[in-house]
Amino acid sequence: MIRSSAVEMASALAKGEITSVALTQLHFDRIASVDTDVHAFLHLDTDGALAQAAAVDAKRAKGEKLSPLAGIPLALKDVLVQKGIPTTCGSKILEGWRPPYDSTVVTNLKNNDIIILGKTNMDEFAMGSSTENSAYGPTHNPWDLSRIPGGSGGGSAAALAAFEAPLAIGTDTGGSIRQPAAVTGTVGVKPTYGGVSRYGLVAFSSSLDQAGPCARTVLDTALLHEAIAGHDPRDSTSINAPVPNVVAAAKSGDVKGMKIGVVKELNGDGYQPGVRARFDESLELLAKAGAEIVEVSCPNFEYALAAYYLIAPSECSSNLARFDAMRYGLRVGDVDGASAEEVMNLTREVGFGREVKRRIILGTYALSSGYYDAYYGSAQKVRTLITQDFTSAFTKADVLVSPTCPTTAFKIGEKSNDPLAMYLNDIATIPVNMAGIGGMSLPSGVADEDGLPVGFQIMSPVMKDERMYLVGAALEAALLSKWGAPILSKAPSLGGLA
Amino acid sequence: MSSLSRDEVANLARLARIEMSEEELVNLASEFTVILEAVARVQEVASADVAPTSHPLPLRNVFRPDVTKPSLTPEEALSGAPASEEQRFRVPQILGEEA
Amino acid sequence: MSLTYDDVIAKYEPVLGLEVHVELNTNSKMFCGCSTTFGAEPNTQTCPVCLALPGALPTVNEKAIESTIKIGLALNCSIAPFSRFARKNYFYPDMPKNFQISQYDEPICVNGYVDVEIDTDEGLKKFRVEIERVHMEEDTGKSLHVGGATGRIHGAEYSLLDYNRAGIPLVEIVTKIVPGTGKYAPEVAKAYVGELRDILRSLGVSDVKMEQGSLRCDANVSLRLIGAEKLGTRSETKNVNSLRSVERAVRGEMIRHAELLNKGERVVQETRHFQEESGLTRSGRSKEQAEDYRYFPEPDLVPVEPDATWIEELRAQLPERPSVHRKRLQEEWSVPDKEMAAMINADLLDTVEATVILGSDPTKARSWWLGEISRIANEQNVSVKELAITPTDVAEIVSLVAQGELTDKLARQVVEGVIAGEGKPAAVISARGIKVVNDDSALMAAIEKACAAQPETAEKVRAGHLPAAGALIGAIMKETKGQADAARVRELLLGHLGQA
Repeated sequence: MIRSSAVEMASALAKGEITSVALTQLHFDRIASVDTDVHAFLHLDTDGALAQAAAVDAKRAKGEKLSPLAGIPLALKDVLVQKGIPTTCGSKILEGWRPPYDSTVVTNLKNNDIIILGKTNMDEFAMGSSTENSAYGPTHNPWDLSRIPGGSGGGSAAALAAFEAPLAIGTDTGGSIRQPAAVTGTVGVKPTYGGVSRYGLVAFSSSLDQAGPCARTVLDTALLHEAIAGHDPRDSTSINAPVPNVVAAAKSGDVKGMKIGVVKELNGDGYQPGVRARFDESLELLAKAGAEIVEVSCPNFEYALAAYYLIAPSECSSNLARFDAMRYGLRVGDVDGASAEEVMNLTREVGFGREVKRRIILGTYALSSGYYDAYYGSAQKVRTLITQDFTSAFTKADVLVSPTCPTTAFKIGEKSNDPLAMYLNDIATIPVNMAGIGGMSLPSGVADEDGLPVGFQIMSPVMKDERMYLVGAALEAALLSKWGAPILSKAPSLGGLA
Repeated sequence: MSSLSRDEVANLARLARIEMSEEELVNLASEFTVILEAVARVQEVASADVAPTSHPLPLRNVFRPDVTKPSLTPEEALSGAPASEEQRFRVPQILGEEA
Repeated sequence: MSLTYDDVIAKYEPVLGLEVHVELNTNSKMFCGCSTTFGAEPNTQTCPVCLALPGALPTVNEKAIESTIKIGLALNCSIAPFSRFARKNYFYPDMPKNFQISQYDEPICVNGYVDVEIDTDEGLKKFRVEIERVHMEEDTGKSLHVGGATGRIHGAEYSLLDYNRAGIPLVEIVTKIVPGTGKYAPEVAKAYVGELRDILRSLGVSDVKMEQGSLRCDANVSLRLIGAEKLGTRSETKNVNSLRSVERAVRGEMIRHAELLNKGERVVQETRHFQEESGLTRSGRSKEQAEDYRYFPEPDLVPVEPDATWIEELRAQLPERPSVHRKRLQEEWSVPDKEMAAMINADLLDTVEATVILGSDPTKARSWWLGEISRIANEQNVSVKELAITPTDVAEIVSLVAQGELTDKLARQVVEGVIAGEGKPAAVISARGIKVVNDDSALMAAIEKACAAQPETAEKVRAGHLPAAGALIGAIMKETKGQADAARVRELLLGHLGQA
């Protein structure tokens, strides 16, 4: 049962073949058996989840009308606050903090009766591409435990790939949903910026952050997307418009006549041969399904990475200023005679990890007087140019596509001392965040040379999120009929369970 | 300009309120030489005629009506406080200007 | 103090710059729905947003924007077609996010002016104070310093923070530099803040209570040699919290600067704190290194682009300008220029007006407030508004006098009693047993008694020598403990002595 899709689980629940309590318990059992190896979760809310499941079962017994995902378990990235449940963002500085309020995403999940199993591991404050930057130890890729599960949302992606949960929530600032999805053989969507409320999402880079759905199938992802999306008056940057009809698109998968644009700059040098082979194969399948493949050029994408590593650190240097040992979280050095300033300095030194401090310092520099125009200001201009590239590309194609990342999962520790090499992981995912458009990653097979999963990225214009679901569903269906079984069936089984 | 001295890093650490060891300062300064060279590439295309984008969406005038909503209880407000007293957050002595 | 003010202005020209912070009187905070009620229990008006809990996001209070636009319009500003919030980054424990949401290079209102009138040696003269910008921001929390002798920050062992005030909407109004005021700089500064306060009050956007901090002024002062072009180094005196203090602070800083300059020393560009008791300023703790606020556009909020229709709607809601209002009052009350200026200068126009609205005769109201009551305030070295007497009290007293229930002299006793905290006029009258003796039989008894005591004087009056009546009247008034109406006493006495 735990290997089923959420849609299949929902159908079993509806038919009374299983209760939500039993389904939830099955997942906790799975977690107990594999998570010592995978380390996807930072906190499990066993009692809360089972109580919530029992409540859903009771509603179902009374014949109440339930949402499509009611009673299905979910793994929540530890960057979204849930009332009373520890939220650490993978950082020491928030160890033990229990928020007194729910994020809008959590409210929406609860309103849809989706069962929240617990909080998943992540790079500290979502800064990283490997989940190695978590203060609570790395998450391991279920495909190969010596490898990274991607980041920052490695915990959520690994939980899906290890069948610890059929649904998960991630957040994506430069690829933190899509890149983990790619390297774990799962599906992840970064909705249009403003499509899902950021209220209660602990900010890394406010103008880039976006929460989104993760699952093992395109349709499951669409159903979760629909559950969490929508206008929220508590987020001023939330779009006040109907949620794109992603579920219908995921069910249709009809790409006949659609123009699919291949971004010339997001391929070629630096991309692993197996990644390129799977990408080309996917294009052929989409062409067979009736789509027209065209090439587009986005010349300014080569500056996206540089701009990103100015904008995100700048915003984070300000967003993370609130972690100061005064109102919540860690406090270090509060001895007799110590000043508030000394306590702040020491707490932030001890409470933040290396990558976080590196980015705070970089952002502080980029915003400082005398350097603002050269760095932050120039990065904002690049952002304009990237958006213009997308606008012009979308006049030639309905969606754009590329490999999600240049390589498959690398070894834990392999790049942790080379920040620039690490940053290159996000080269294909970052432009999407810069322009605020939607992006999806779904599995396109495994690379021949290492047998590890490869991701296919689909990008759609602002609030046209349904388009990536159309193309994603088409490709998923074509690949499934080619392989005869979902990609995760190729992954090694863990914990001795089938 | 694409490099930072140890003292410049120390000043940034002060602005960012992070205590840093000598070793950390020196290491960061040397890392920054590489990182700044990479990010400085934005200047190649950031000409004067390009308008900056600070936000991905063209939203304007998003307001809320002037209506009060329930606050947290003081217990909830103070629930995460490392120290509290008299229903207030207790913090170490504040040096600096008298406001 | 070795230099006199006259010495200073003989040699130097002062240049002013004024920054006024106004707390708006919205129901909810600037960026969240918490209440703004003054004086609530600590941390009862806080939420994830104003406590800066991780994940919380600000949302803009529409009324605060409207109030700010109204302020801009009333100050003759242009309303920017595009403006934005920015983050001002610096760490301070009373500021939960460790950045303040403010406005930087894109404020909502720019380029306005306020005209003030000053009573100069050459008569009333108009000075124009130009406004650079009006922008929105948020207030900080309040800290209570525990330990140490003074309850002040220095020497405190630790601090206790209450964030009820954090996030209350503030509007900052910044002038351009104000040259050319010469010796009237302190008066111009005071008149400007007073005018601003009157405008804000008439708009109904703020409580404008300087004592409660809902209107605070920072005064920048610099001196240059008369005729010099280059501006001198300025000092910034913070949080001056009464109109009188504005004047005193500017005057004090002018003298302090002149003394330094005369000795060949430099004025240090710094923040100073005004000390109410001495009227002097004290140097703020200077920071070792300059702050760098690293302003950047607030990514959690979207730009404000007020359209013309909205601005015109708000313009239509503007009340009569205080200067127009004053001209109208002056005409209605037929007050000479000089006395009008005196009322404005004493900051009592609104008080007198309130008294008149409550039914008092304008001249009587003016004479009570500027006369007797101001005299008492002066004696006690406090401002009139700090006294426990209200326009209602004065209107009541004026009316009692008009009805003959009180004499002027008795009325003064009632005023004294009210100010002494003995209660409302009625309470004072009954507690002190103040009563006009208008019972003729009681008066007649006193008259007969006085005539019997001074038969010769009575005889003189009876013979037609009227001035002699004074001595008898004095005795009668003494007998009736001053509670008799002197005019009535005179009338009855003369009748009694055959002179009516």
